Amino acid sequence: MSAITVENLGKRYVISHQLRQDTLRDSIMEGLRNMTAGLRGESRPDKEDFWALDDVSFSVEPGEVVGIIGRNGAGKSTLLKVLSRITEPTRGRISMKGRVASLLEVGTGFHPELSGRENIFLNGAILGMAKAEIVNKFDQIVDFAGVEQFLDTPVKRYSSGMYVRLAFAVAAHLDSEILIVDEVLAVGDHAFQKKCLGKMRDVAHQSGRTVLLVSHNLGQIAALANRCVVLENGRVKFTGDTQEAIPIYYGHADAGQKQWTVPNPPAGPHLKRVRIQTSDPGNIQAYHKPLEFEFELAHPGGVPDACFSFQIINASGTAVAHLWRYSAEGSFAALSGSTVLRCEIPQVKLNVGLYSLRTYFSGPPGSSFNQMVEPELNFEVVRLDKPVAFGWRSDACTYFEDATWKLSST
Amino acid sequence: MSESPETLVVEAGQTERHYWRDIWRFRELLGFLAWRDIKVRYKQAVLGIAWALIQPITTTVIFTVIFGSLAGMPSGGVPYPVLVLSGLLPWQLFSSALSGSSGSLVSNSSLISKIYFPRLLVPISSIAVALVDFLIVFMLFVGVSLWFGNTPTWHWLFLPIFVILSLFAALGAGLWLTALTVKYRDFKFIVPFLIQIGIFVSPVGFRTDFYPSWQPLLSLNPLTGIIGGFRWCVLGGHHVVNIQGLISGILIIVILNVTGIWYFRRTERNFADII
Repeated sequence: MSAITVENLGKRYVISHQLRQDTLRDSIMEGLRNMTAGLRGESRPDKEDFWALDDVSFSVEPGEVVGIIGRNGAGKSTLLKVLSRITEPTRGRISMKGRVASLLEVGTGFHPELSGRENIFLNGAILGMAKAEIVNKFDQIVDFAGVEQFLDTPVKRYSSGMYVRLAFAVAAHLDSEILIVDEVLAVGDHAFQKKCLGKMRDVAHQSGRTVLLVSHNLGQIAALANRCVVLENGRVKFTGDTQEAIPIYYGHADAGQKQWTVPNPPAGPHLKRVRIQTSDPGNIQAYHKPLEFEFELAHPGGVPDACFSFQIINASGTAVAHLWRYSAEGSFAALSGSTVLRCEIPQVKLNVGLYSLRTYFSGPPGSSFNQMVEPELNFEVVRLDKPVAFGWRSDACTYFEDATWKLSST
Repeated sequence: MSESPETLVVEAGQTERHYWRDIWRFRELLGFLAWRDIKVRYKQAVLGIAWALIQPITTTVIFTVIFGSLAGMPSGGVPYPVLVLSGLLPWQLFSSALSGSSGSLVSNSSLISKIYFPRLLVPISSIAVALVDFLIVFMLFVGVSLWFGNTPTWHWLFLPIFVILSLFAALGAGLWLTALTVKYRDFKFIVPFLIQIGIFVSPVGFRTDFYPSWQPLLSLNPLTGIIGGFRWCVLGGHHVVNIQGLISGILIIVILNVTGIWYFRRTERNFADII
């Protein structure tokens, strides 16, 4: 039997387009207005149904780690709220086998005036631990958080790092068959994130618990979850292997545009069109797979000794690669007309992340013709070839070097 | 796992099913929430307990002067400060429990939007602080009583009944108000106003047993019966209990609680969405 079964789940919110009815006065005025409108026989379309979740069904087997991914507003948080019983579904049914603990926020219920020790007990109780259980795990929690010296200090005097460590430590020691986690790993410094991720992996893989994980960090999802549910506009877009799910998630991300035509091109020689052919749909480029660029140049009247080059720019604006084709290696664009240049990178070694381009089309050095263009196109490099312990991080480096390791014990 | 894990089913409109069982299961949380409120209340106040005493002492002095000396209301042989304090005790218990519980959901909104537990625990646990304050003032009352020669009798044994009645009066009204405050923040302003008026409408600074013709009207206020009963307990033979007033008070309290729980349960499922 499945650990979690979700059937035809729906959650409706009513959006009011009128005044916010947060005060009694607003409610009364609204009521009067509706009444007079009713008397005049007008209908007032000021309320609209919004289905944050619509016909969502999936199931999770015991011991499975399932990621829930989707764009902002896709319904991830609503799904977690319904699963954790914070809010009631409008339709459908969920059945969960075993004790459920949900962790939608790190440090829920922490009180700044109370000491670390007191907050461990309070937070534990809020998360559903029995007092005896907290007493049993107290030392482990303190040890994991590394706050022994500050146990009797009010947590308002804690550094934000200590606060988060303590909060995560309590949550990480919850004993439940099903754990529902939302984005909580996006906290603390790098070292602590590693520790959390390691702990999460233990929870997931060693204790045989069922984990439902929501994160925007696909590196974490890839490292932890074997299966994913992709949500889009409140509906399930895809359920299946993480490796397949991530490109699907990206495929419905912003861009996905493969080709870009220069708007309002100048009269003289210019770049007309750029096309990116990535390894996966949706401008997703898998690491170590071929990547192809296509540039169409218009050169009315011809450009003697033409030079064309482009840079690959990462998300922080750094040019990480420069590729070029100059007429010295074989003349092009010398005659009037247009030319298509194709450039293939056989094995992409770029680090994961979002990339854009900057192109330069010019005459030889010293020539007066020089056109720089930043095409409105981007692509994303992902690594699905192997999960790593700490997840792939776009800020870890700019590119990967192929290397071999030799080991010898001394 | 030796025992087979139970299955939790969440269905549209079906959250009711486990509600009372969940309340039992979360009883430790109830204790922790109450303990938190008490701890926080006394933690950073340097004068701590003194704060719980300053207010009733001041009120007692003022009421003794206004009602006792200036207005010359009858005290029936009871020293006026003792009479005022014996009315103030249940009144303060009620009013602080009411203001605590009526603001409890909004002040715990971060919990409510992030974690599941039966929401009824919130207003119930918030009452604990009022009880602690009450016990402190009660000590004061015992001291003042002995000073004025009002020694305890077997009537004092009935005090818990009126303490409980007073708490339930606060809880019943608090359930309504806290659930309403989630949606309409107006009620945040209504509560202090109610309490301000209530202290004069309720027989705190005067005694009612000398005005039988006013009894039916005064009995509409459940606090009249409670304060009367309280005085019967602590003032020995100097105060008679108005049975009719008490019964109508209890009836109103029962109605408040039953409808309060009904309204709370009815709106509870939306708390996380609108808080």
